[in-house]
Amino acid sequence: MQVADPEIPVLSIIDMGVVRSARLQNSEAYIEITPTYSGCPAMDVIGDDIKKAMKEAGFQAHIKLILAPAWTTDWITEAGRNALQKYGIAPPLNPDADKDALLGQKRVVPCPQCGSTNTLMISQFGSTACKALFKCEDCLEPFDYFKCLR
Amino acid sequence: MNSNLANYIVQIADNNLILAQRLGELCGHAATIETDIALTNISLDLFGQVRSYYQYAASLMGNEASEDSIAFLRTEGEYKNSLLVEQPNTDFAYVITRQFFYDQFHLLFLKKLQHSSDENLRAIALKSIKEVTYHVRFSSDWMLRLGDGTEESHQRVSQAVSDLWTYTNELVTASEIELEMASQGIGVNPEEFRAEYFTSLKSVLNEATIPVPEHSYFQKGGKQGIHTEHMGFILTEMQYMQRTYPNMTW
Repeated sequence: MQVADPEIPVLSIIDMGVVRSARLQNSEAYIEITPTYSGCPAMDVIGDDIKKAMKEAGFQAHIKLILAPAWTTDWITEAGRNALQKYGIAPPLNPDADKDALLGQKRVVPCPQCGSTNTLMISQFGSTACKALFKCEDCLEPFDYFKCLR
Repeated sequence: MNSNLANYIVQIADNNLILAQRLGELCGHAATIETDIALTNISLDLFGQVRSYYQYAASLMGNEASEDSIAFLRTEGEYKNSLLVEQPNTDFAYVITRQFFYDQFHLLFLKKLQHSSDENLRAIALKSIKEVTYHVRFSSDWMLRLGDGTEESHQRVSQAVSDLWTYTNELVTASEIELEMASQGIGVNPEEFRAEYFTSLKSVLNEATIPVPEHSYFQKGGKQGIHTEHMGFILTEMQYMQRTYPNMTW
């Protein structure tokens, strides 16, 4: 639980749903992790961080990267969603929340700063592959929305 | 058997690699900061998928093969990507049109590959589908904006569609190895969704008020390793580091 996502430091990799299994055998730890996105550059760092944390706890960690089943935002825990919200990133809603940039879709993504749903998607791709860029039309703050992946 | 499978995996992944490299060239150079970030994020998704494919292929090849040797140490004729993805970033309309033609193919392809009898290919396909769904949305949205935008954007994107149209059909024309792998239930025969592919393209083009090209002369050769003149330049830049400092890793 001490290992955080390097790009969203408030979120542990457990709350993120990145750790899929962990097994202890004597002083060895076998841990399976899965990437959020195929190209996620954080995976190597996460692997190293786990090894380091486990070593400090007296275990030698063996990390295995698995692809199936593919990661989904449904695996982000309730605690994780709350942490995102507090950090200023709107947690994922449903697959259609950021569907259409062109047509006047229903505005549903609430601004994490002021709570207004009068928000506008600026770009489907934000600061990282897993986020979209939004702007709040009421408090005028830009913010990241964690894209729903199912 | 294993070497055929490895060659097949490399062929389908080469499309992603070369397109990702082209998109990477745009880092810091796209039309706006939002499109810059979007295009490089798409590039990153494609590179990530390539790594999964190449790592799997390298494990089948054995010897000294690695994802890096597959990506960086082949000669031009050994790359089996379609000609479309190596076409240059002429202007934003060409970038978006190339992306649109590829994304529409890519999603249809992955929807078939997810039923492969090969467990690893299934896993890569299922993972990639989620990402490519976003790519399709992005490039289709932009086709509408450009086509149905200003007179200038309409003219430019129509030109790009007309120029790149000749490279579409190769994506949905099966190579020998594709036919063989499809017959074994491992790979995909892209001809099975050729009609669906062109229907999807035409539906977006119509909505975007972009004329659908009528000519039916199509270029081919990439899947056989015969490339356009652009390929050598891409490889020169892409392979420079690995050739100059052999065995370099991250």
